[in-house]
Amino acid sequence: MIGSPGREQVSRVLQQHGALMVLAALVIVGSLAFDSFATEGNAASILVSSSFTAIIAIGMTFVIISGGIDLSVGSLFVFGGVLAAYGSQYGLFVALALPLAACGLVGLLQGLLIARTGMAPFIVTLAGLLGVRGLMLAISDEGATTYLVKDSAFAQLGQGGVLGLTWPVYITAILAVAAMILLQRTAFGQNVYAVGGNEQGAALMGVPVARTKVYVYLMSGLLAGLAGVLNAARLSSGVTILGIGLELDVIAAVVIGGTLLTGGAGGITGTIAGVLLLGVIQSLINQVGNLTSAFQQVVSGLFLALVVVAQRLLGRAQRLG
Amino acid sequence: MSQSAAPVLEARQISKRFPGVVALDGVSLALFPGEVHALVGENGAGKSTLIKVFTGVHRPDAGELIYNGSPAAFGTPLDAQRAGISTIYQEVNLVPMMSVARNLMLGREPRGRLGVIDTARMYGEAERILAGYGVVTDVRRPLRTLGMGVQQMVALARAVAIDARVVIMDEPTSSLEPREVETLFSVIRKLKDDGIAVVYVSHRLDELYAVCDRVTVLRDGKVAHTGPLAGLERLKLISLMLGRDLDEVKSGGLTRFSRDRRRAGKRDGAPPAVRAEGLTRRQVLHGVDVAVWSGEVVGLGGLLGAGRSETAKAIVGALRLDSGRVLVAGLPLRTGSTTAAVRAGAGLLPEDRKAEGIIPELSVRENIALAALPSLSRAGVVSDAKIDKVVEVFMRRLKIKAASPHQPVQELSGGNQQKVLLARWLAIRPKILLLDEPTRGIDVGAKAEVQALVDELAEEGLGVLLISSDLEELVEGADRILVMREGAVVGELSGDDVTEDKIMASIAERGAESDG
Repeated sequence: MIGSPGREQVSRVLQQHGALMVLAALVIVGSLAFDSFATEGNAASILVSSSFTAIIAIGMTFVIISGGIDLSVGSLFVFGGVLAAYGSQYGLFVALALPLAACGLVGLLQGLLIARTGMAPFIVTLAGLLGVRGLMLAISDEGATTYLVKDSAFAQLGQGGVLGLTWPVYITAILAVAAMILLQRTAFGQNVYAVGGNEQGAALMGVPVARTKVYVYLMSGLLAGLAGVLNAARLSSGVTILGIGLELDVIAAVVIGGTLLTGGAGGITGTIAGVLLLGVIQSLINQVGNLTSAFQQVVSGLFLALVVVAQRLLGRAQRLG
Repeated sequence: MSQSAAPVLEARQISKRFPGVVALDGVSLALFPGEVHALVGENGAGKSTLIKVFTGVHRPDAGELIYNGSPAAFGTPLDAQRAGISTIYQEVNLVPMMSVARNLMLGREPRGRLGVIDTARMYGEAERILAGYGVVTDVRRPLRTLGMGVQQMVALARAVAIDARVVIMDEPTSSLEPREVETLFSVIRKLKDDGIAVVYVSHRLDELYAVCDRVTVLRDGKVAHTGPLAGLERLKLISLMLGRDLDEVKSGGLTRFSRDRRRAGKRDGAPPAVRAEGLTRRQVLHGVDVAVWSGEVVGLGGLLGAGRSETAKAIVGALRLDSGRVLVAGLPLRTGSTTAAVRAGAGLLPEDRKAEGIIPELSVRENIALAALPSLSRAGVVSDAKIDKVVEVFMRRLKIKAASPHQPVQELSGGNQQKVLLARWLAIRPKILLLDEPTRGIDVGAKAEVQALVDELAEEGLGVLLISSDLEELVEGADRILVMREGAVVGELSGDDVTEDKIMASIAERGAESDG
């Protein structure tokens, strides 16, 4: 090929690891600028608060790489939390199994609708967003009833931990590694990329397109539910006012992490970096002090726009290279 | 090939109906191990449908498929593939953003410990397989960063590597350079030696005669002829495809350009219809000068990647330039603006009509009227009556075959889609038309009509820039030829010098050691 392979490689690395680099840069700048930033406590707090978003974002990464979108995760997150708190009166097992079964079922249904009827993921999961939030309100008397976690073992799952970090952080880390292997090193992961990159081509190459899509939405539903479960354990209650607009934060984190919204490219490392990046931005803004959290959204928004522009430019550079 | 052997794949009296169309009507075809079987026919003859029956995309309504001596019914392309029937489609059907190796190995990645993919082995195997196809590249690169020819080779390698007994190739050379075609042919011959049956679909007769043993001609969903290719005269083959009288084809020649003339173009002091000066873009174009006068057809010759399409795109402002300017009828165009180009009267019929030309869901009428809307409206409001009139005129003049002006353009054949695009540009009363591979992938009949039309338009005073990889089309259609190579014009041929030999000589003239 004509052209400099060097430039193409640089742009590919930037596409895949740009978020990680910016994250590292921000952490360094933050550490130099604020004494209270680079403390164990602050780091732990960023990791803990990011872990729930990260778990959902892992599922969302699969969905987006497959060329889809899942708007229902915010509702599934709160639904899972309420169900977990409700189920905790029957013990640890029910507190875990009930929300996961319910959220998995919603994900499965969405996946089947998308894969078998060819309906647009946007519409199907928008219906999921509305319907699941309605379900959540139905079992909580319009949100008036907040179930409290009755099982201490369950509460430990969200609050306990070692080395200054709570269990959700470790669970997130394990899930992220598992997801990386699943995506990069298994046939299923390859199928997800193929479906998102060229659905028709994938079908002709013998990829089970429908099955791949169903699994992807099932997984996203399960992980959103799991994040809700862990959050309920952390808060010791099924708070009903959470998760509104969460799906958009998650999508933003995934895209900032270098996953293409059009499907076919992306990865878990980037997604985790994207989630942490948003967490660090929030923390830095808190450090500044007199800025409200509204400002954090402005910065996140600007950042997202910047990433999308950069992705286009990088994509162009790669094609030329 | 030995005729005594049993066929590996056989279609028996296959029929397939679609709403309103009988696509296949009692088609029988036997495919023997180790033969290369040409499948030809005009668009709509049923080639694609037959291929799709073979590969499990369609189920036949009647008749049966015999594979390895027993009846077979493939429910999905995957079933057919597992059974050993592989297909390479006209447009490369791989995943552009995935790496070369992952595309090649998708579905049969080597597994290491714990069942996870062994990437090192995968890359090694991919490199080894591709080397057999003359492709040496970093297999970890995304597929889309490679040229079309290499992508096609990856598709071929993939199709063959899955223990195929039958390989179906649908227009495999449409995006290959001559050198790559040679590699493809040597691969096909190797497949043949290995006892694999190859179905070869192509519009290019030279290729059929170069590589195929037998031929089946489809026409209107029926088998018009089947037999050895070697003894079959070219004109006879064409007449079988067209279903026309042999003498008629002979008198018409192989293309429909009026021969025995080279127009000079109207150079009576007037500025050229279009003049491009010093078109430059890093790594793509290096100071290209082109001028086309009214009333002449100027051909752009050269190999794939020589910068012909890019030149055409640059002229209409669809390719960003580092420097250079374009004048239409003497007036400079704002660079990089397709709107300005259209307004000045320059229209480009793009090479990839699916992706860059037609808007598939819109009707014939809307597609034709698209570019001319500003002239068909008053104060921004479009006049339906004016559009109807323009559409009617061009549908009649270009003989566009559509059920009605309101039929979605995606339902038309390739040839008719091309005519719709031509009509779109004619409706703006252009000064200059740029035609990029105007007859690629369309059937012989429509091809002749398009060629005749180009000729007629030039006679009427339009300037035409014609890009074609079909040398014959270029020689018979163009009055003057500019030969390009590696992003620059390297020669100009006019008058009696416009011959295939001279073009090839001009292409080969300089720096033959590096390829573009």
